[in-house]
Amino acid sequence: MKLLVNFSRGKGRKPIIAQVVRDTGVLINVERAVIDSSEGEALIDVPDDQCKLVSDTMISLGARVHILEHSVSLDESECVDCGACISICPREVFSFDPEWKLSLDEKRCVLCGKCVDACPSHALTTPV
Amino acid sequence: MHKTISQINERIRDGSARVVTAEEMPAIVSELGEQGALKEVDVVTTGTFGAMCSSGAFFNFGHAEPPIRMERIWLNNVEAYGGLAAVDTYIGATQQSDTREDEYGGAHVLEDLVAGKSVELRASSRGTDCYPRRTITTELLLENLNQAIMCNPRNAYQRYNAATNTTDRTLHTYMGTLLPGCGNVSYSGAGLLNPISNDPHLRLIGSGVPIFLCGAQGMVIGEGTQHSPAGGFGTLMVTGDLKHMSQEYMRAATMTGYGVTLYVGLGIPLPVLDIDVVRATAVRNEDISVDILDYAVPSRNRPVIRKVNYAELRSGSIELNGEEVKTSSLSSFRKARQVAEELKGWVEQGKMQLALPTRPIDAKNVSRPMHQSTQGPRVLDIMDRQVVSIHEDEEIKTAAKKLLKGETNHLPVINGTGVLVGIVTTFDISKAVANPGKAHLVKDIMKTKVITAKPEEAVDIAVQKLEQYNISALPVVDADHRVLGILTAMNLGKLFGGRWLK
Ligand code: SF4
Ligand code: SF4
Repeated sequence: MKLLVNFSRGKGRKPIIAQVVRDTGVLINVERAVIDSSEGEALIDVPDDQCKLVSDTMISLGARVHILEHSVSLDESECVDCGACISICPREVFSFDPEWKLSLDEKRCVLCGKCVDACPSHALTTPV
Repeated sequence: MHKTISQINERIRDGSARVVTAEEMPAIVSELGEQGALKEVDVVTTGTFGAMCSSGAFFNFGHAEPPIRMERIWLNNVEAYGGLAAVDTYIGATQQSDTREDEYGGAHVLEDLVAGKSVELRASSRGTDCYPRRTITTELLLENLNQAIMCNPRNAYQRYNAATNTTDRTLHTYMGTLLPGCGNVSYSGAGLLNPISNDPHLRLIGSGVPIFLCGAQGMVIGEGTQHSPAGGFGTLMVTGDLKHMSQEYMRAATMTGYGVTLYVGLGIPLPVLDIDVVRATAVRNEDISVDILDYAVPSRNRPVIRKVNYAELRSGSIELNGEEVKTSSLSSFRKARQVAEELKGWVEQGKMQLALPTRPIDAKNVSRPMHQSTQGPRVLDIMDRQVVSIHEDEEIKTAAKKLLKGETNHLPVINGTGVLVGIVTTFDISKAVANPGKAHLVKDIMKTKVITAKPEEAVDIAVQKLEQYNISALPVVDADHRVLGILTAMNLGKLFGGRWLK
């Protein structure tokens, strides 16, 4: 399951992800992170059964956690199967099936949002 | 051997015509040979589904009581043309809503009407003796209109050049999102299914020929605007009744950063009269080539990066400068196929008969660029020639003094040979003064990535750069990168009272 974590940084604050890995023993896969001097946002992937543990621990350390039930989603009634999203996505989420219909491998999505703007039909949305 | 159009129509009427799509044709020809294919196949259907900006529709609303001669007309806040008779209008697909900008436009009005939604008509007038009414507002459904006739001045482009982007930032174009550093290649067109690619000499496609247009039976009016078949870029003007169209084959869309457009599904059935038709309809994706143009250059003449054919583009990636680059399409091949299949069904079931052009379309035309009797202002016409620059080895203090003396906030930085190597702004200097550190010289604090303008460049191009990079000055340099002047927002302000700035 994917979690979007927002945390503030600054003097005296511990590196939150490292601390959660140490405290819970759960291996966290960081898929995307934007961190500057005062705050950070990271998209992490954790095993489903340990999602609650990781989330609770992060919250106790002062982070805001958003559980992402789904990644990029496609509105099939809007999609015209043009494929404009295919070359835009850095994670190869999109491809054509043999019938030239768009197919998605959502698990690969890191929610960068690039495809949302590139789709001429407003068929793609991300939860954040 | 050859067949006549009436023989083919007779077979369509008695249900014995053999109809295939242009995608199926190459295999049939290689299996049966050209003569065999001519004997076997009566009709080849084509299809395309892509963004076609030059689309729109004529409406007649009927008269109100008291009647109005509409001068300005809006449909769901999208302005439509008011220069026709009292209650006629034309709405263009790319016209944007006054209130929702590129979220909604003429294309969406057309799609909403076809989907059975109601659309608000708002119109105003000066009022005349015969048409006293001055305003009207009413909700309309497609069925309330006397006529709703789609009439598209330029559809069905024979092929379209592909696009890439060599700059270091993402470009938003009518060819979609182009990633920096040639990060992708975007293309458009149905390749072997495209109508004109299956009839490049325009022997079969011309005025009066029946077509599939957005799910309705329509017709070719004649050559499209910007028709340029000599170079392989033929276009068609087409029409069809909006009341019989389906959302399945027409979709409003928005190209981010560019605007509204309409996806149009269009197909033409081609009668297989003789061996030349067989040869033309056996065209494969490999046979249709286009150029990949660099959209980094904001000019009519974009440099060609390489030539490719549709088979390469469809494969999903091509090689560009030794690297593999992903390709993707803006038009939908699946939908193009659906158009050709549906059209095939129509002809098989006798719902559509074929016709030859009542008037041919010129197959040799070349479209010319605009004749410009005046040139717009160039950078050299308005740039500041009294530019103060500074040497990279000067002290920051000297730069500060120069900035104080001059009227400018920008100092181009040059090296020993007079070549531009950087730029410093009042902000860079204040920062250096506020946080005194190791930096003493101009070269320690200057920005080395300088966006520049060329003297011959159109002012509009320079303005685009200022906006894109969110900066307020551009050093103007010659071919050797020597500073000739500087163009600032202030110079632009002087131009026609600032009309050049948004
Ligand atoms: S959000 Fe980014 S990673 Fe996810 S599908 Fe879209 S482009 Fe790909
Ligand atoms: S860009 Fe949009 S419309 Fe085109 S295939 Fe992707 S999701 Fe579908």
